[in-house]
Amino acid sequence: MDILASLGDGFVVAFTLQNLGLALLGCFLGTIMGALPGLGPSNGVAILIPLAFTLGLPPTPALILLTSVYYGAMYGGRISSILLNIPGDEPALMTTLDGYPMAQQGRAGEALALSGVASFVGAFLATWGLVFLAPQLVKVALLFGPAEYFALFTLAFATLGGIASTNQAKAAFAAALGLGIAMIGVDGQTGVPRFSFGEVHLYDGIDFLVAIVGLFALSEVLVFLEHRGENTGADAAKKVVIGRITPSFALLRHCTPTMLRTSVLGFVAGVLPGAGASLGSFISYSMEKRLVDRNGTFGKGDPRGVAAPEAGNNAAAGGALVPMLALGVPGSGTTAVLLAVLLALNITPGPLLFTQNPDVVWGLIAALFIGNFMLLAMNIPMVGMFTRVLMVPPRILMPIVAMVSFVGIYGISGSSFDLLVMVGFGVMGWVLRKLDVPLVPIILGILLGNAMESNMRRALTISDGDWSALVASPLSIGLWLVALVGFVLPIVFGRVLRQRMALAKLKEEEGEVID
Amino acid sequence: MLNTHSFRKGVAGTFVALAMVGGPALAFEPEQPECIAPANPGGGWDFTCRQVGKSLQDQGLIPSTMQVVNLAGGGGGVAFAEVVNKRNDDNDLIVAASSATATRLATGAYPGNTMDQVRWLASVGADYGVIAVAKDSPITSLTELLDQIKADPRSVAVAGGSAVGGWDHLKVLIAAKEYGIDDVRAVKYIAFDGGGEAVTQLLAGSVQAFTGDVSEAKGFVDSGDVKVIAVLAPERLPGEFADMPTAVEQGVNAIGANWRGFYAPKGMSDEAYDYWVAQIGTLYASSEWKDVMANNGLAPLDLQGAAFEEFVSKSVASITELTAEITK
Repeated sequence: MDILASLGDGFVVAFTLQNLGLALLGCFLGTIMGALPGLGPSNGVAILIPLAFTLGLPPTPALILLTSVYYGAMYGGRISSILLNIPGDEPALMTTLDGYPMAQQGRAGEALALSGVASFVGAFLATWGLVFLAPQLVKVALLFGPAEYFALFTLAFATLGGIASTNQAKAAFAAALGLGIAMIGVDGQTGVPRFSFGEVHLYDGIDFLVAIVGLFALSEVLVFLEHRGENTGADAAKKVVIGRITPSFALLRHCTPTMLRTSVLGFVAGVLPGAGASLGSFISYSMEKRLVDRNGTFGKGDPRGVAAPEAGNNAAAGGALVPMLALGVPGSGTTAVLLAVLLALNITPGPLLFTQNPDVVWGLIAALFIGNFMLLAMNIPMVGMFTRVLMVPPRILMPIVAMVSFVGIYGISGSSFDLLVMVGFGVMGWVLRKLDVPLVPIILGILLGNAMESNMRRALTISDGDWSALVASPLSIGLWLVALVGFVLPIVFGRVLRQRMALAKLKEEEGEVID
Repeated sequence: MLNTHSFRKGVAGTFVALAMVGGPALAFEPEQPECIAPANPGGGWDFTCRQVGKSLQDQGLIPSTMQVVNLAGGGGGVAFAEVVNKRNDDNDLIVAASSATATRLATGAYPGNTMDQVRWLASVGADYGVIAVAKDSPITSLTELLDQIKADPRSVAVAGGSAVGGWDHLKVLIAAKEYGIDDVRAVKYIAFDGGGEAVTQLLAGSVQAFTGDVSEAKGFVDSGDVKVIAVLAPERLPGEFADMPTAVEQGVNAIGANWRGFYAPKGMSDEAYDYWVAQIGTLYASSEWKDVMANNGLAPLDLQGAAFEEFVSKSVASITELTAEITK
């Protein structure tokens, strides 16, 4: 009951006109930033830090503004995923897999509304999780040593194959390509530069934002250019009929188990330091696919394929706040930025934060609840507005996409070198699309590659090179088993599944393979 | 943006220089003060720029808002190269630096760059190194830890937030070397992405000891989760840090400070250089800055102008020597 009393105090802090206004502003700006391709939650928060400081806000209002931007961006990321097949931010990557096909089938409005509800469920549950589990989850995070992290990342890659492609070999190739790209830059373990060719700009490796925007947004523009505005590629958006903008009750009920399961999963993924929202949405999607995709509809516009990653990534966003607040260890890129804000406000996150600055913590948590309801209220009626994006003809939209890509990337890094790298990735993305190689595993490889490698090396250094250390704890053994099952199952059941898929394809004449 | 910016600054700088030729003894004043933080928002360099910029303006020491530009890359190498190659005569520019900058200059991690290519302005404080163990560890003092490393180096894994050969690693090696461990390469060091992650792994029991800065360990010391067995400061730190024993009082003559400060372009005019040194010096002496330092676990390190230049040069030299020893 202590917790509820503290939460009540938090609502008292949050329910001032100024704080409510800031939450509203943050949610709105966040949604827009999340929706713009390339501008993810971490950039959104980073861009608004100067605003919070110039307004001279005290710690609690500043944090309320910035975390509202954070939650808003997590909501907003789905919009361009569904409408344009370009993820607005990296956790929304998985939403493209089913969201875009839904939009192509004329169910864009439904997909947007459903994903809004799923985002709400995920974030709402995760905020409760944050309230009750923060002290306990700190202990779970402590069970993860280097060996366990390595097993966790292996699990992520082992379940990767079945996700994005019908061709496992191409998915594996893409993952390997991503891992290879991740190796570029200074090795975090020894400080030795690898594959950088003496170019100082490559020392920090390839920024995954640059890679994402290049691979997805620019390649889209290139595909459009290739067809000179004919009815292909991006132009598919033209055919999109928005359809009803409220999901039916039956649809919601159909997706409820999915949303509940993936919220929990996403939350846990968010709590693990370093894993973050991307892993949350990714694991949510692949687990849900394994669990309920009996007819092979995932990847072709299954509403559950939209609900799963959205509930997962929003839950992970809440989960990532747990280690940030309780341990001072950010669970994701965005919480790393928020951590910086806390430090700049003279608040030291860590085990004592809850006792030393209760007003800040509980005011923040209360603001998250309020922001969440605001976002739900904002997102359902405004779906109509967001879908207007679709009415813009590609010959106007594509230059905008190109412009936003260039401005966005340059705005983040201020480096013209990154722009060249981005163009390089754009060309690469275009070629890979021609070859039907899925792009998602490449991003995941870039995203997880370094953490995976360094955790393995840490584990081996600690054990003096004894490889058995990787399977020494019950937790890591458990993770390895799940990874093994996740890898082997599709191979065993794959044939049966493919036959069913072929049958399904005969029945409905629309099986478009999505990358 | 940066390029047009520097162009504009260049013009502004020339204009100021001309103005000074014209008017007698007109003191330098920056048109558009700018601080480059050579890392993304959130790190120590970013903090240094923003906090100093804000305090300078609050106290009226600079005429307008300090613009903070994050120029991340190459562990500060991108910013260093940018200053040396493109903004060498910018009078309005200062750049945040720390021990990490000196370490990388010493180990040649900024390809083709040396410390002589810029002017070193002043320090604004130091974060002293600590060596800590988990609260339930049987080890209670630095000498016990070093004895154990001496007897069986494989039995102790030390976690830190920098790469192998980086500053956190070097701090343990300085202590080990002072204690008479000849083969410092035998010390088992595990590199993590930042001090926070390293402390977490100490709590998780994956490693036996932690090397980092006072500010990184503070929260965990307050909560009682870790115990600091040595501060690498010449004498005990003031205030709430006074309980931490120094390495020196345990007979290990090891001192390691992660200083924070600034450098400026080599071609900066002497007037501008003197201006920045004086303003940062005034800031350092103010009571407001003392509060900022106390809140952030920064210990005193009061060096300006030539004294600071000499300090950096010495620390580069000693790191070069130590690194040569590890890699020989």
